[in-house]
Amino acid sequence: MNETVKHTAKKKVIFSEFFRNNGAVMGSLLFGLVGFWLIFLILLPQLSMLDYSFRYNLPPAEVGGPKDVYTLSNYQHLLYGSDTSHQRYNSVDLKVFVRTIIAAIMVTVFNILLCYPLAYFLGQSKGSGFVRLLVVLLIIPYWINEILRAFALRIIFGDSGLLNDVLIFLHITSEPIDFIRQDIALYAGLGYAYILLMLFPMYNVIESLDRNQIEAARDMGASWVRIHRRIVIPHAKPGIVSGATMVFMLSAGALAAPQILGGPSSLWFTQLVYQWFNDSLNWQQGAAYAMVLLVSTITIVLTVMRIFKVNMGDIGK
Amino acid sequence: MSSGVAVDLENIWIRFGDFVAVREANVSIKGGDFFSFLGPSGCGKTTILRAVSGFLEPSQGQVRIGGKDMAGIGPNKRPTALIFQNLALFPLMKIWENISFSMEVAGASTAERRKRADELLDMIALEGQGDKYPSELSGGQKQRVAIARALCANPDVLLLDEPLSALDLKLRQHMRTELREIQKRVGITFIYITHDQGEALTMSDSVAVMKAGVIDQIDSGHNIYDHPSTPFVASFVGENNVFRGKVKEIKGNDALISTNRSGELLSRITPSQVGKLSVGDDAMMFIRPETLRLGKADASSKTTISADVINEEFEGNSFSVFLKGDGDKSIKMSVPNAGQDHISSRGENLSLHYDATNAVAMPAGELASE
Repeated sequence: MNETVKHTAKKKVIFSEFFRNNGAVMGSLLFGLVGFWLIFLILLPQLSMLDYSFRYNLPPAEVGGPKDVYTLSNYQHLLYGSDTSHQRYNSVDLKVFVRTIIAAIMVTVFNILLCYPLAYFLGQSKGSGFVRLLVVLLIIPYWINEILRAFALRIIFGDSGLLNDVLIFLHITSEPIDFIRQDIALYAGLGYAYILLMLFPMYNVIESLDRNQIEAARDMGASWVRIHRRIVIPHAKPGIVSGATMVFMLSAGALAAPQILGGPSSLWFTQLVYQWFNDSLNWQQGAAYAMVLLVSTITIVLTVMRIFKVNMGDIGK
Repeated sequence: MSSGVAVDLENIWIRFGDFVAVREANVSIKGGDFFSFLGPSGCGKTTILRAVSGFLEPSQGQVRIGGKDMAGIGPNKRPTALIFQNLALFPLMKIWENISFSMEVAGASTAERRKRADELLDMIALEGQGDKYPSELSGGQKQRVAIARALCANPDVLLLDEPLSALDLKLRQHMRTELREIQKRVGITFIYITHDQGEALTMSDSVAVMKAGVIDQIDSGHNIYDHPSTPFVASFVGENNVFRGKVKEIKGNDALISTNRSGELLSRITPSQVGKLSVGDDAMMFIRPETLRLGKADASSKTTISADVINEEFEGNSFSVFLKGDGDKSIKMSVPNAGQDHISSRGENLSLHYDATNAVAMPAGELASE
């Protein structure tokens, strides 16, 4: 009881301090902008999608009429398929869903493994001009549009692409490898698309690690493996989780890379959502699919955070 | 415990590119000694410590610990433990895990580690604090945990890199005593780096005073203070009044110096420079503020200095009287507080007496910058 009173009192202090520091006009403006962002850019669009996902896909004339009632049919469709299908479950769509989640997890793990050594190198050799140049070089490819980058990768991974040319020239393979059909191009594209979002949070936390701690551990005889396991990785954990969250969410929700780099037989779950909205003009069905993806990815992220004992607050650091 | 292991530095040179950080260092540290390297920041003392701990290989020369050449042996394989200036405790490990980290590395069981950590916590008077995290401890407590962590590995030599510099004055003075006691209890060799002469003098069996990569003097704290061998040591350790001049006469171990401003003054020659000072040489003479006394004017005395008062400061236990001296340097006299209101008034001419045995003369050289 007493605690709650203190808590609200503290909140009030922060509130009035905010207005005192910024002045009434600026304070209200900032407050209004944050409110606008929260309500109009985050809350309302999601709520309207949520609403859509529970409605029937009716012709415009019947919208708002007696037939426009809430239903679970859109969600049932993902699980059981249409009434006319002979299968017990909607195995096609469910398979795409599971494959998307697993592939997004793989892409995330791959990015962690790739970025950790790089982030460690960048973070611990601080201050040198070479490192700063390296960081700029890492960023430059991201000045190019995402779709163009995906096409560039398609060209590199194509049958007569650069990679196959090199492999054939080096006699590693005699026939061109079909990277597109094997989904290698897709995973490479997804991994590359969001790699900086993994690298920079990791780099930031590792840079803040006191180098004396590493030397102290070394002085006490610790091997490199132990130094990383006991000192560097625990310190870098918030950065790793924060990067992993972003890469996982964005990979699972990516559209451009799967559209351009995906093989003919492989669908990404977002492509199904896209088809419902765009090809079938069934927004209600698409919204239900999108909601399932959103809730599942959030659940996975929260579970992983619980397992690795990371708080929400650490991620924002 | 251990009876103490000797550390020898033989002709050590450490270069970074063209910069010579340490020049021809020859030091023999007896086993079980508390040895300090004292010098201003940037004089190369930390570099020497890193060479002993193995984080850095000297460009030339040999580091021997217990008679064994350490060349090519990494910090994790040397019988040394280093305490960092910022302590470098592991913030994400509990105190007991911090302390027993070296045992974890060696593969000891959790029960063994916990037991040893608890023993060490008892020793540093932090019983029952093992389950806290470093951030929950005060500065002095963290300090003691860092010492316990270093001692846990049973090192032969403990290396301390200005570990007290982050503490406030009272705690620093308390920790000096405590460090010295811990050292006596465990009996191992301590090598201590500091720019604080008070720390070096109170704790050490021996002190090496360093200036710009060169060791000027290695001696007991007492000898460093009373018998400095160079003008740098005389002016860096404690407070000192400098008088510049030329040698007029040498009589045994004493020299008569014709000073630039204060007439002819008699002084003993510092022991290490006896025989190296001859008539006509540029010399420097040092008299400590606490050895100057007020006296009567006596023009014929060779141990009386006449000077005008610039100002006076009340220090609590003493008064500091500043008088016009040699060039831009003032002469400082320290008079114990025995209940006087004041000692002098501005502009007053005073005669200061001293004993020739309390003054030291040596060839002129570089002074410590203030």
